[in-house]
Amino acid sequence: MTLLLTTVAVHAESAKAVAAAAPRMDPLHHFQVVNYIKISPFGLDLSISNSVIWMWISVAAVFFFFWYAFRRPELVPGRLQSVAEAGYLFIRGIVDENIGSGGKPYFPMVFTLFFFVLFCNWTGLIPGSFTATSQLIVTATLALGIFFLSIFLGFYKHGLKFLGFFVPSGLPVLLLPLMVPIEIISFLARPVSLSVRLFANMTAGHTVLGVLFFFAATLPWVGSWLPFGFSVVFTAVEIFIGFIQAYIFTILTCVYINDSLHLHH
Amino acid sequence: MESLPASFIGMGLAAAGLAGSGIGLGFMFGKAIEAFARQPGAEAQLSKYVWIGAAFVEAIALYGLVLAFIIMGKG
Repeated sequence: MTLLLTTVAVHAESAKAVAAAAPRMDPLHHFQVVNYIKISPFGLDLSISNSVIWMWISVAAVFFFFWYAFRRPELVPGRLQSVAEAGYLFIRGIVDENIGSGGKPYFPMVFTLFFFVLFCNWTGLIPGSFTATSQLIVTATLALGIFFLSIFLGFYKHGLKFLGFFVPSGLPVLLLPLMVPIEIISFLARPVSLSVRLFANMTAGHTVLGVLFFFAATLPWVGSWLPFGFSVVFTAVEIFIGFIQAYIFTILTCVYINDSLHLHH
Repeated sequence: MESLPASFIGMGLAAAGLAGSGIGLGFMFGKAIEAFARQPGAEAQLSKYVWIGAAFVEAIALYGLVLAFIIMGKG
């Protein structure tokens, strides 16, 4: 009996050793924030982490792209200039469509927001890089900024009449105690859904890519070509998703600003 | 029940929410193709809304995935 137990124990030990030697699947590893330089005045964490550095890199990439595209602006645009102009017109179309009259002052903010999110999504696809938008705190900061901006704009433009936003028109008074809390909750859910949507899309996509890369790297060659090929396809899908998510983020920003500017309830 | 197996079951249940998103995506693209077949001229206009809608529906599934990750952190 003792012998049996010891053999079982030995087997368990060797199984553990095999498991430790085998490559471990850890698709969430590349979401870890590493602080390079620790800065924390007054208990605030202002450290320079890899997230911060990749945000800087994406801002620099946007800046140099537009600087290089418009270094010698011509009436008949060259290749790069027409790409940059297409981006400009694209955002202007979004602003005109969703905010309409009085949307001009918000164009620079929307433009910056779109290209920041887009380049954060896209630089994250470079192997070895870090996706800043896969951190909930980054997207939550952006979304809360937009949320408070829309509240501020509503009260600034309409005063206390902005509270009428929470009262749907054309309803019997009896239903109001039911509808007003629902409207308030759905208004408060806006920053949550806005931030979690972007964060979850980026995290999920990169996790899937991580799993695929793991299989491509560790399976014997008979099986590894399938996840390898699929990881190529999925990278293309991720480029598309990064664009779509940035687009949705900007469209919803415009919709929220529009709701505050033009009360149509 | 111990907490680790329970957390695995919970993760599976949270990920089961993806089914709803799958139904939604299939319904939406099916309807979109129906619309394109009826009105081919409107394809360029409509496909924009299809992609926006697809991203929204997909996001719902990913909320479930985030819940699964949260449970994994707790387990």
